[in-house]
Formats: sequence, C-alpha cells, structure tokens
Amino acid sequence: MSGPSTYVPRTGFSKWMDERLPIIRMGSDFMTYPSPRNLNYWYAFGGILTLCLITQIVTGIIIAMHYTPHIDLAFDSVQRFKRDVSFGWLIQPLHAVGASMFFLAVYIHMFRGLYYGSYKAPREMIWMIGCVIYLLMMATAFLGYTLPWGQMSFWGATVITGFFGAVPFVGESLQQWLLGGYSVSNATLQRFFSLHYLLPFLIAALVGLHVWALHHAGQNNPIGISVKTKKDTLSFHPYYTVKDGFAVGVFLLIFCFFLFYQPDALGHADNYIKADPLVTPPHIVPEWYFLPFYAILRAVENKLFGLILMVGAIAVLFFLPWLDFSKVRSMRFRPITRWFFIIFIVMCFILGWCGAETPDNMVFTVGDGLGLNFLWLSRIATAYYFAYFIIILPAMSLIETPKERPASITEAVLGHADRGAPLVPAE
Amino acid sequence: MKMLKNLLVATGLGLAAIGTAVTVNAAGSSEGHADAMKHMDWSFNGPFGQYDRDAAQRGYQVYKEVCSSCHALDQLAFRHLGDKGAPFFNADFPNPNDNPLVKGFAADWDVPDVDSDDGSAMTRTGIPADNFPPIYENEIAAANANGKAPPDLSLIVKARNGGADYVYSLLLGYDHEAPAEIAESMGAGSYYNPVMEGGVIAMPPQLQDGLLDYEGENAPAATKEQMAYDVTQFLAWSADPKLEQRKRVGFGTMIYLFLLTILLYLSYRQVWKNVKH
Ligand code: HEM
Repeated sequence: MSGPSTYVPRTGFSKWMDERLPIIRMGSDFMTYPSPRNLNYWYAFGGILTLCLITQIVTGIIIAMHYTPHIDLAFDSVQRFKRDVSFGWLIQPLHAVGASMFFLAVYIHMFRGLYYGSYKAPREMIWMIGCVIYLLMMATAFLGYTLPWGQMSFWGATVITGFFGAVPFVGESLQQWLLGGYSVSNATLQRFFSLHYLLPFLIAALVGLHVWALHHAGQNNPIGISVKTKKDTLSFHPYYTVKDGFAVGVFLLIFCFFLFYQPDALGHADNYIKADPLVTPPHIVPEWYFLPFYAILRAVENKLFGLILMVGAIAVLFFLPWLDFSKVRSMRFRPITRWFFIIFIVMCFILGWCGAETPDNMVFTVGDGLGLNFLWLSRIATAYYFAYFIIILPAMSLIETPKERPASITEAVLGHADRGAPLVPAE
Repeated sequence: MKMLKNLLVATGLGLAAIGTAVTVNAAGSSEGHADAMKHMDWSFNGPFGQYDRDAAQRGYQVYKEVCSSCHALDQLAFRHLGDKGAPFFNADFPNPNDNPLVKGFAADWDVPDVDSDDGSAMTRTGIPADNFPPIYENEIAAANANGKAPPDLSLIVKARNGGADYVYSLLLGYDHEAPAEIAESMGAGSYYNPVMEGGVIAMPPQLQDGLLDYEGENAPAATKEQMAYDVTQFLAWSADPKLEQRKRVGFGTMIYLFLLTILLYLSYRQVWKNVKH
C-alpha cells in the first residue's frame, strides 16, 4: 500500500543525495504517505505517543545530569534539582506527570486498536511490536519510580521484586540477582538507574519498527475496510499533520493542567518521605497505570498463581490476532462483540479501582455481613478479562453474524452504507 | 463538529480514568479523622494562588521558636528564605545572600563545620549559604529524645494526604476525647489526635494562645489558630517554593496553548474544507 515513491529531487544537492543516501526521499514519502481519509481522532494518539516518548527522553537526560543514584543522596538530589537548578521545578514534574500522560495515551491507543481490529492481518506485527513496547514502558516506569527513593519507591520496588521470589525453584536466586543483594539496596538503585536510562532507547528503536511495519501494511481505519483505490486516501501532510496537530494541542492542554496546577495529584504523598527500610507505609499502592494488573496479581491467594495471571494478562495480548479470527475488523460491524468490548473496558476500570483498594474492604453491603468485597470484585473482573480474549472473541468469531459493510471507504464516506450505531460517531 | 465531539469523548474518557485513580488514592482513614480535619481556603490554592507573605514570615518565627527544638528543615538553606516567592524576598536584594534579614536569620543558628586548622569538629555561626542544620545527631538520637523521631518539616505539607489542611488540623487536633479502645492502648508520652493516622501521636500539643509575641504594628494576636495558620503557610512555601512561579508560567502557557489549539482547529477546518470524510 505504501506504493511507489512519488518524490522527485529538484535541486542539485538533493539529486546528489538521492543517489547516495535517499534520506530526503524517505522524509518526503513519510509526509505524503497515503492515509485512509476516514481516520478519526482516536488515530491521533500514535503521534501523541511519539511526542510523549521524546519529552520523556529529553527531560530525563536533563534530570540525569543532576540526579545521584545513591541511597543516601538520591532523594535530596531530586529536591536540589527542583529547588536550585534553573527550570528544575518545571523539568522534574514534566517527567513525572509526563509518565502518567504517556500511559493515558498508550491505553487509549491500545483500546483504539482493540475496537477497530487493528491487530488483525496484515497488522499482526504492528500489534505485537506494540505489545513489546508496552512491556518495556511498564518496566521503564517501574524502574523510574524507584529512582527518587521515596517511601513508595522503596516499598513498591520491594513488593514487586518480591513477586519474582515466587517463581518455582529459581525464585530466590532470581530475586537476589535482580536486586544485587538480599533486599532493595544501593546496588538495586544503581542498576535500576542504568536500566531506566537504557530502556527508553530500546523503546525508540521499537517505535521505529512499529511505524515501519505500519507504513508497509498500511493504516487500518474506523470501518476496518482495506484501502482499495487512491480515492480512499489522503496525503498525510497536510491533512493529518493539521488534524493530529489540533489533537496534540488539546492533549497538551490537559497535560499542562496537571503539570502546572496539580503536579502531585497523580502521585502518592508518601513519596515525599525519604525511603526508610524500617518503616512500612500503611498502604503500598502502585502508580495508577499499574492498578489493574496489581488487582489481577492479588486476585488469587497463591503468590505464584497471581504472578502467572498477571504475566498472562499481558501475554494474552500477543495471541490476540489469532484468538479473534473474525474476518470483520471494526467493532462497528460486530453488533454483539461490541457490547462485550464495552463491558471489557468497564472491567478494566473496575480492576483499576480494585487495585487501589484493600481487598477486604467492602464494595457494598446488604444487611449485615453480606455483600461484595474488593477481592471478589477483582476476581469477577479478572475472570472477565481473560474470558474476553480466550472465550468470547473466539466464540464470537464463529457464531456472530456481522452487519453489512460498505464496499469501500469512499462509499462509506459518501454515506451509502449502514454504519450501525457506533460508540464513536463516524466522521 | 462530530470530530470535536469524538475528541471530547476521548479526553473525557482519559480524565475519567485519572479521576478514579485520584479520588481512590485520597481515601481517608478513621472516622474521627474526617471530623477533625479542617478545610481551609488557603491563599495558595487555585490557579492564581499565592502565599500569604506576612503569615509565612510569622510562620518562620513559630517554626524557629517552637518547632525547631525538635524538627529539622532538611531541604532548606537560609538563602532560600530570601528567594523570589519566598517569605523574606526583597527586590532590593535579588541575591538572597545579601539580604540583611536572611543574614540575620542565618546568624541565629550554629552550624556544624570542620576546623580548618586542625580538622576537629566545631560549630560556627550560620551564613545564608548554609543549610538549616540538623536538630539531632542522627535518627536514633532523635527517636531516643522523643519516643519517635520527629519528621523533617521542609516537605511535610507534600508528604501527607490532605497537605496544608492536614498540618493545620493536626496542630489543632488535640482537643478530642480518645475513644475507649485507643485510650487503653495508649502509653505514656503518646497523645490522642484523630488527624494522625491511627489516632495516636508522640508529639505533645505545641500551641497555646499567647505562646509567643508577634512583633509589628499590625501583627495579629498569637492565638493557637493564628500560629497554626502562620506556620502552615510557612511550611507550605517550604514544601513547594516555586508554586507562585509555576502558576504564573502555567497561566501564560495555558493561554498560549489555547490560542494555538484554536488556530490549529481553524487550519484544520480550512485544509479539510473540500474533503469528504
Ligand atoms: C511508545 C509507544 C507507541 C508509539 C510511539 C506508537 C506509535 C504509533 C503510531 C505513530 C501509529 C500510527 C498512528 C495511529 O494509528 O495512531 C501507531 C499505530 C498503531 N499502534 Fe502504536 N505506538 C505505541 C505503542 C503501541 C502499543 C503499546 C500498541 C499495542 C499493544 C500499539 C498498537 C498499534 C496498532 C495496532 C497500530 C495500527 C493502528 C491502525 O492502523 O488502526 N502501539 N502507533
């Protein structure tokens, strides 16, 4: 679909260059890339994510110039940066709030992919590279959260690395190998810093592959009908640069609201207390973007089984392109599955809620003693999470009768087709 | 317009996600806690919030005369008191090290140093460039003297759920009757204070009306509420000294982004004018 290059070098220099290193051609082809004409704002999040990644890398490099990865100095070095370094007060929260915004964007990006069936052929590699990126993002965020060496940094790292101890046979050695000792210590902090600096560059490389695969297979679109003729597409520039630009503006407004007015709303007060291995905080809670997985981890009593479930919750995403083998991509034309999808989103939110609560607390009570606690709520939601991928999608692929689909994007745009009643109104 | 609606749905969804996370995190602890928490309309809240400079100056006096016998200000140097946005900022002294008030405050403290002749430990009079000195030799000494080590105050407003309300309420939270089950388990040297997590605190009540004298013509009477308010203003500044600057830059940035976004939207409409999509 990327088709033959339309670039024509004009100046002497660009001709010279084009014969040796066609990098201008590459940029030009990128800008004129034919994109489906019906992409909506959910398609702006890939660009937004790229911006997030660049922001994290740039701010991170600056912070690393002032940060000291030592248990006695790390906490204070972050404060020195915020208080005494020019623009430190701005750059540190840019990085911290930026991490939350990055996850907000990636979750929207992933749900978008799930809704429009962007993981299906021929886009399995785009999807699976995305899953690896997501795994690395989680690792990076976890490692980074340890660095300021606050109470939640320390205890979060202790709890999470503790789960590696549940791996059969090698668990204990594995945990010690990760930590560089018997507990979270200076050795841990230094290796976490090193890895936290490394992983974003791996992510950047994978994003390169992700976009390459995307430009090779072509973008999907809200109706999931493949591009058939040139009429179905528009040049990336100016059409989508300006549309994505507007979306980026709105995203940045939300980002800046948190950055300037609520920089701590997404974090924990406890992380403003220097780490103390002798004082356990009353509630150890991960950052909001990990809460659903934390709930899955705690949904079962057995530590090892919990770990398997949590790893499975992400691993199952890799198999999704084959679990959902319906030929219809977009949920707009899958009247029953659409509802299962909406419930799936609700369940993800519920899992997040459970992750923030103490499992024994009650969600609601009826009479005395009866009711539902968060443990059981998280079990229900966990069961649905897995059932959605392993049972519902394969079963629906077999039995569901899809709605009639337009013959092409152009036909859909001109309005001849039945578009159903989409969750997101069509453009 | 439909596109705009889509975008709103997207951002709404995102905000809802964040909203749940935030409200869930802020969940309080005991029941008495909710009653004892006082919710104040702090001058530094809101998009244009600023510290109450006079109060923060008095707050420094409260810290010095009352709190500093046990609590340190780990993250502060004396010079910070005269920084832009700080309680004792004076435009005549853009370099706070020259600010006479700041010099005076520094000189009130003895700071640890090493004798440059023989290398022995010594103390000398503070200068603006010095950090506020630690109050105790180390954690153990601090815990030994007080039952529990008094926490650093320079970040306390950020380090507790409830922030400034928490600190203010805690200082005034000693006038509640301990519930029987807590009273039984309370040993000597502990006090009931429902604002504290668990309800028991090792710090005795500190503020009483008229404990100290505020100087100056318009100075208010040093009631315990006034002192709690003042010291909270001071500690809120010390936890977030760049708040005023951040909100100022933030406002400009938001306006700029807002206009930019409108322009982008109009460009978008223009570019897509003749395109069916
Ligand atoms: C650093 C993180 C990421 C970046 C920078 C990124 C970037 C992009 C970009 C620029 C696009 C094209 C524009 C768009 O469709 O929005 C895209 C498409 C896509 N991404 Fe990502 N992505 C990231 C993470 C992920 C993750 C975690 C997944 C899934 C697990 C994923 C799955 C996809 C899929 C399936 C598409 C194709 C969408 C379609 O054509 O319908 N991406 N990505």
